[in-house]
Amino acid sequence: MSASPIEILQEHTPSPSTPEVAAPPPPQKLSARQRSWLPKLWQQAGIPMLAMAVFLFAWSQVASRIQTSLGQIPGPIAVAKQAHGLWLDHAAEREKAVAFYERQEKRNAAKLAKDPEAQIRLVKYTGKPTYIDQILTSLKTVFTGFLLATLVAVPLGILCGLSATINASLNLLIQIFKPVSPLAWLPLVTIIVSAVYVSADPMFEKSFVISAITVTLCSLWPTLINTGVGVSSIDRDLLNVARVLQLKWTTRLFKLVLPSSLPLIFTGMRLSLGVGWMVLIAAEMLAQNPGLGKFVWDEFQNGSSDSLARLMVAVLTIGIIGFLLDRIMQTVQSLLDFGVRR
Amino acid sequence: MLSTMFRVCLLTLVASSSPHAAAAELELEKEQLKIGFIKLTDMAPLAIAYEKGFFEDEGLYVTLEPQANWKIILDRVITGELDGAHMLAGQPLGAAVGIGTKADIITSLSMDLNGNATTVSNEVWNLMKGSLPTDAQGKPLHPIKADALKPAVDAFKASGKPFRMAMVFPVSTHNYELRYWLAAGGLHPGFYSPTDVSGQIKADVFLSVTPPPQMPAAMEAGTVNGYCVGEPWNQQAIFKGVGVPVVTDLEIWKNNPEKVFGVTRAWAEKHPNTHLAMLKALIRAGQWLDQNNGANRKEAAQILSRPEYVGADYRVIANSMTGTFEFGRGDKRSVPDFNVFFRYYATYPYYSDAVWFLTQMRRWGQIPTSQSDQWYHETAKKVYVTEPYLRAARMLVEEKKAKQEDFPWTTDGYRPPTRDFIDGVEYDGRKPNEYLQKLTIGLKQGQAIESGNVVTRQGAT
Repeated sequence: MSASPIEILQEHTPSPSTPEVAAPPPPQKLSARQRSWLPKLWQQAGIPMLAMAVFLFAWSQVASRIQTSLGQIPGPIAVAKQAHGLWLDHAAEREKAVAFYERQEKRNAAKLAKDPEAQIRLVKYTGKPTYIDQILTSLKTVFTGFLLATLVAVPLGILCGLSATINASLNLLIQIFKPVSPLAWLPLVTIIVSAVYVSADPMFEKSFVISAITVTLCSLWPTLINTGVGVSSIDRDLLNVARVLQLKWTTRLFKLVLPSSLPLIFTGMRLSLGVGWMVLIAAEMLAQNPGLGKFVWDEFQNGSSDSLARLMVAVLTIGIIGFLLDRIMQTVQSLLDFGVRR
Repeated sequence: MLSTMFRVCLLTLVASSSPHAAAAELELEKEQLKIGFIKLTDMAPLAIAYEKGFFEDEGLYVTLEPQANWKIILDRVITGELDGAHMLAGQPLGAAVGIGTKADIITSLSMDLNGNATTVSNEVWNLMKGSLPTDAQGKPLHPIKADALKPAVDAFKASGKPFRMAMVFPVSTHNYELRYWLAAGGLHPGFYSPTDVSGQIKADVFLSVTPPPQMPAAMEAGTVNGYCVGEPWNQQAIFKGVGVPVVTDLEIWKNNPEKVFGVTRAWAEKHPNTHLAMLKALIRAGQWLDQNNGANRKEAAQILSRPEYVGADYRVIANSMTGTFEFGRGDKRSVPDFNVFFRYYATYPYYSDAVWFLTQMRRWGQIPTSQSDQWYHETAKKVYVTEPYLRAARMLVEEKKAKQEDFPWTTDGYRPPTRDFIDGVEYDGRKPNEYLQKLTIGLKQGQAIESGNVVTRQGAT
């Protein structure tokens, strides 16, 4: 995955397509679509469904043959049951939370009855985070890290694209830092954040900040490189016209540079979000920060007879969420692409 | 509508809360606490205090958070990310002496006694079992001494392989128990020195650190040939078929101290009432766990098997929590004292327990030079702070939540001398240096490790 931005840099193609990132399919003519809807439906829905069925069958066959120290590898049905179990668990935990708040209300009422001046605080539920909570934490973290990465990478990328000097000065640094694994960044980030981010009543949890910054560090490179390429490959004629018209630099930036490099910027952002999601799971696992990665680690440690199935639920969840994130970015990208072409 | 509900709640509460009035009087400096633990059955007092509402009875809102290993627990308590934690009894002492991390951690409550065992891999068991004496049913006689491990260690030596065993932390009970067991059987577990903290100087058996929940996996992968760890990770080895437990810590030293509830001294000074409230809740949890001859243990095992606590299967946890212990598949024996949470004054932080850990730190070179008896007593009293414990106990007795006779009100902090060790050597907490002289393998008065050798320094104190 990480190879693609370099390839773009070398090829200097303004097209948003990269080896893994196929360009959106060219718009079909209406008549053709009408005539061939059946084979098309087969290709778009039938084949994937069939492949999925084959996969599930193969999985259940292979699973029943492998014996681990935690028992048999669970098949699709066991995993589906476990996913349902995790959902029920979530619902049960919510009920406990309601009971917790009721008890707390009573206690606070009693306190106030005794001493009307008493300081009353509402304490958040102290129970365990459920699977759904872990998913939401992970999503929140990845978007925060991704947003930070975009805020850093896009302006830097534009500077690199506009000025050959800046590009030359930053290129080496980018090439060195880009391949660094999140696992290498994590201890450094942890130590630095622990030292720098000190406050009596912090707005964010330290663990959240650490995970988010690790995501940022690992995911900013694709956006940075693609933005640079996008900006530097703007039609020279357009820039010359702008110079002749003596447009202000803000006008040049917002009317010319940004619109024409948007497709590539979004390609970069899409890659970044993908990288960020992968990095986050590893970071949560290693740093024991809340999220899906922590769930995976805890289940690995629990080693109960349900753990294998729960681990598989987690793997599938991580995959599906990654896929959905990519789809969202792709949709945004193709909308923009369409807008620009028009 | 809401206000009527409010009033009803209020009335019921006023009606029902009068016996708890004393509890509510503690002015808490902090209500929301985050407490760390390691996935081990002896974290039970924390889980029980949460689930049974003992924390809330004291007005505490506690979040329990599993941690990856003992080092992280210690670091997070020091940085304040955790208010307090389930700690190895040796951890606050090690931190006071400066073994590894130096920090001012104290404890006013011992969480449990016993609860550990040593497990060897199937390969090692096969090398051992031939020489073991057996009973009428052909089961090995207990306790198994480390002498029986010698053939296995020799076989490894002969084939040029190191014999590796894991424990959970350099200052853990497990490290000292395993060393005690090995040394009592004539196997050298290795010395530490200020420049070599591997603890493998002159060792026959090479010990290293592995986090508890990873022990079975490490043995399955062949990284270690045996380990000493708390439950459920010994029983897990049987269920996974990767190894055989050979000796419990109860057999090495009957009723040895295991985990403590540790906080920083600064935290305890800043939140004295919160600390008292925590102690009250945890004492009640210990009492619940040992009540009516362990009648609640099944329920406790049920609670611990939830993924947010220990998370292993109920049958694995129940195996050791309900008064039994399985040595080898099907060799289940009655061990009623495998986990002790309240009986024998288990929650009281005895100085003599602290002194024993300090003697072992000295014995294996973690404390590089000889110290006076005075030093042992002072260090123990600095870390084991008994005054808040007795205050918490007094309040519980006054609130009729505990019985007067369950607490050692008049003790001077030293348990009577005991010979309940696997080698029968007598331990008297009042005479640490005399005790060290009696142990065959280990550093003696005036000895130190210099460039990998034991040297005796004249005139050292």
